[in-house]
Amino acid sequence: MSLFIVNILDGLVTGLLLFMLCSGLTLIFSMMGVLNFAHASFYMLGAYFGYQISTYVGFWPGLILAPIIVGFIGAAVERYGLRRVHKFGHVPELIFTFGLALLIEEVVQYFWGKSQMAFEAPGVLKFAAFSIAGNAFPAYKVFMIFIAMGVFLVLLYILTKTRIGMIIQAALSYPETVQNLGHNVPMIFMGVFGVGTAMAAIAGVIAGPVLGTFPGMAVLLGSIVFVTIVIGGLGSLWGALVASLLIGWLQTFAAAYNLRMADLLVAIGLTEPVDVAQSMLSDLWTLTLPQVGPILPYLLMIIVLVIRPNGLLGKRET
Amino acid sequence: MSEQNTSMAKSSASAQPLVPIKSALPWLAAIAFLLFLPVVFPSGAALTIMNQMAMTIIFALAYNMLLGQAGMLSFGHAVYMGLGGFFCMHLLNQVEYNELYLPLPLLPVFGGLFGLFFAFLIGSFSTRRAGTVFAMISLGVGELIAACSIIIVVFFGGEEGVSGDRTMGPEVFGFDFASQQEVYYLTAIWLILAALGMYLFSRTPIGRIANAVRDNEERAEFLGYSQRNVRWISFCASGFFCGIAGALFAINFEILTEENLNLATSGSILLITFLGGVGFFIGPVIGAVVFTLLQTVLSLYTEIWQLYLGILFVLTVMFFPAGLTGLLAMHLRPWKLGKIGLLANPYAKMLAPALVLVGSGVALMEILFHARHASLGEEEMNLFGITFNSQDWLPTIVVVAIGAGAFYLVRLLAPQVKEAWDMANHAEGQ
Repeated sequence: MSLFIVNILDGLVTGLLLFMLCSGLTLIFSMMGVLNFAHASFYMLGAYFGYQISTYVGFWPGLILAPIIVGFIGAAVERYGLRRVHKFGHVPELIFTFGLALLIEEVVQYFWGKSQMAFEAPGVLKFAAFSIAGNAFPAYKVFMIFIAMGVFLVLLYILTKTRIGMIIQAALSYPETVQNLGHNVPMIFMGVFGVGTAMAAIAGVIAGPVLGTFPGMAVLLGSIVFVTIVIGGLGSLWGALVASLLIGWLQTFAAAYNLRMADLLVAIGLTEPVDVAQSMLSDLWTLTLPQVGPILPYLLMIIVLVIRPNGLLGKRET
Repeated sequence: MSEQNTSMAKSSASAQPLVPIKSALPWLAAIAFLLFLPVVFPSGAALTIMNQMAMTIIFALAYNMLLGQAGMLSFGHAVYMGLGGFFCMHLLNQVEYNELYLPLPLLPVFGGLFGLFFAFLIGSFSTRRAGTVFAMISLGVGELIAACSIIIVVFFGGEEGVSGDRTMGPEVFGFDFASQQEVYYLTAIWLILAALGMYLFSRTPIGRIANAVRDNEERAEFLGYSQRNVRWISFCASGFFCGIAGALFAINFEILTEENLNLATSGSILLITFLGGVGFFIGPVIGAVVFTLLQTVLSLYTEIWQLYLGILFVLTVMFFPAGLTGLLAMHLRPWKLGKIGLLANPYAKMLAPALVLVGSGVALMEILFHARHASLGEEEMNLFGITFNSQDWLPTIVVVAIGAGAFYLVRLLAPQVKEAWDMANHAEGQ
């Protein structure tokens, strides 16, 4: 039971981290109708900038400064890159962000090399917050949960309760009307893109010390982020939350429980062959749940798309 | 696509012989060119590069059947080439160990059929939508199969992959395909067959309807064509030719690993096709040749060649979305108007400053890279034949100064080129 609770908490950390990326991505998608393939690259930039700043002035200024810098880079990418490509259509836009993702990875390797950075959690948070039946739960993970929840609540408040949020929501659905009412819609788009990438950067700074800061971190998380927002339904914020938590728990539980396929097959009445290694079906008998873990999100995505092409909570046709 | 539309209009206007000489000529020239290449470049390394190029061309052309002709962006296309290759590798092993009678030159047919089978299977649910949803499903399927390749050891061979021996099959006309030269000719023949097949496919009614679905799926639907089926058929055809490329990969390298299936391979084929130009049939061919050459040459001289390729790719998407072929095709109109000569002078003037500008950009990046990553005691670096200490500020300042000068000249000359361009595109009496 205690292991179960630890896994619930670990999955929550992963899920909320995913959600910080997915929320920005899904906002950008509902705004421009294009998936930002480079979103996870901004997360990586956040981690690297956070690391670089932390070597000069410590972790906390990095947590504030890195997202601001990345937000401005994101806004510049929208202003000078995406807006330019926009007139060629959706497919070139998608290809542009894909190229950007490749380029950012190369640029990161250019400046910081291929090896992992020694980015560490601040000393203040290096203690066990509490322990469940002997399993210590680090304070840093509690901090991650609070940051992610805080970002989500602030975002929700701004989008639903403030005037700016109402203008943004209106601009998503009726950009021309909002433009005619005298609001600067391209500016709003640029701002939302910047804020979305800045949120990815916050996720990067707080995830860097735990998941590692290395050039492959964007690719590692990037595909999962897309899978998550497709499962949740493109453009749906609540869908992104549900899908992020689902994937977070799915991955954590798959990694924690060492279920063997063989046990399952025996349970349904099959007998294990004597010389498993020689059999054509040897993989079927030797598979374990942690091995299958990495492919579960993709399987889930395909199942969801076959049954509900719009995703779990998506309403939009794409 | 205007080029294709006009040719369609022509063919319907007047009856033509079965194979017009004019459209057969480029193919005959290509065949002659491929036959003579090994005479000019007989070395083993050159043959390997040419084989690599031929496979990339088939793969890129097959990819463009989706991206250029049907408007579908796939992020997981390595899967069909890779799976075709893996199956062919197993077939080769069956030939070796179980006396299966299968002449090597026929192997690509089976590779194609395997590719077709998987494209049929996966296309059945992925082609229901175009655009972003299709792109995301293709990414998911690609990642899924790449991840499976490490789990399913019996079929994919785990991390070391599956290897075999191509020479164990029955001899065909006395060839056992042990030498690179024989493999080159086999690859070249399949390149011609596959390219011709894909070209003819683009001329069939289904190929034309694929263009219509790409441009406006709703109108195509109202004409009575199911957009989903059109996409599915294009997808299957593309999978077939990818499988052929996979089989050729198996024959050439005799090993397939997880690398043949992963996102990096899928991404690079997108890059190649887009650099070449998606709007023309010849585009991916040019892309594949240029990319393979760049990859081979650049990686010899610099560690950061992938950074250059990334920059080139992003700049192409931003400024020349029609790719290299589009850039060449832009000059067709001045050529037809007989005014191409007007461009020669301004282009020649622009050439030197533009080259210096690019050169100084490259030099700056190389110096910074060296200064950041050189190990202690190895501060000396060699660039364009000049040796200097990369830790000094002087070389950087000199390079920036030269670059700024070249940039100023380019800005100064740009209006002249623009003016000449407008003049050259202006037909008399309009």
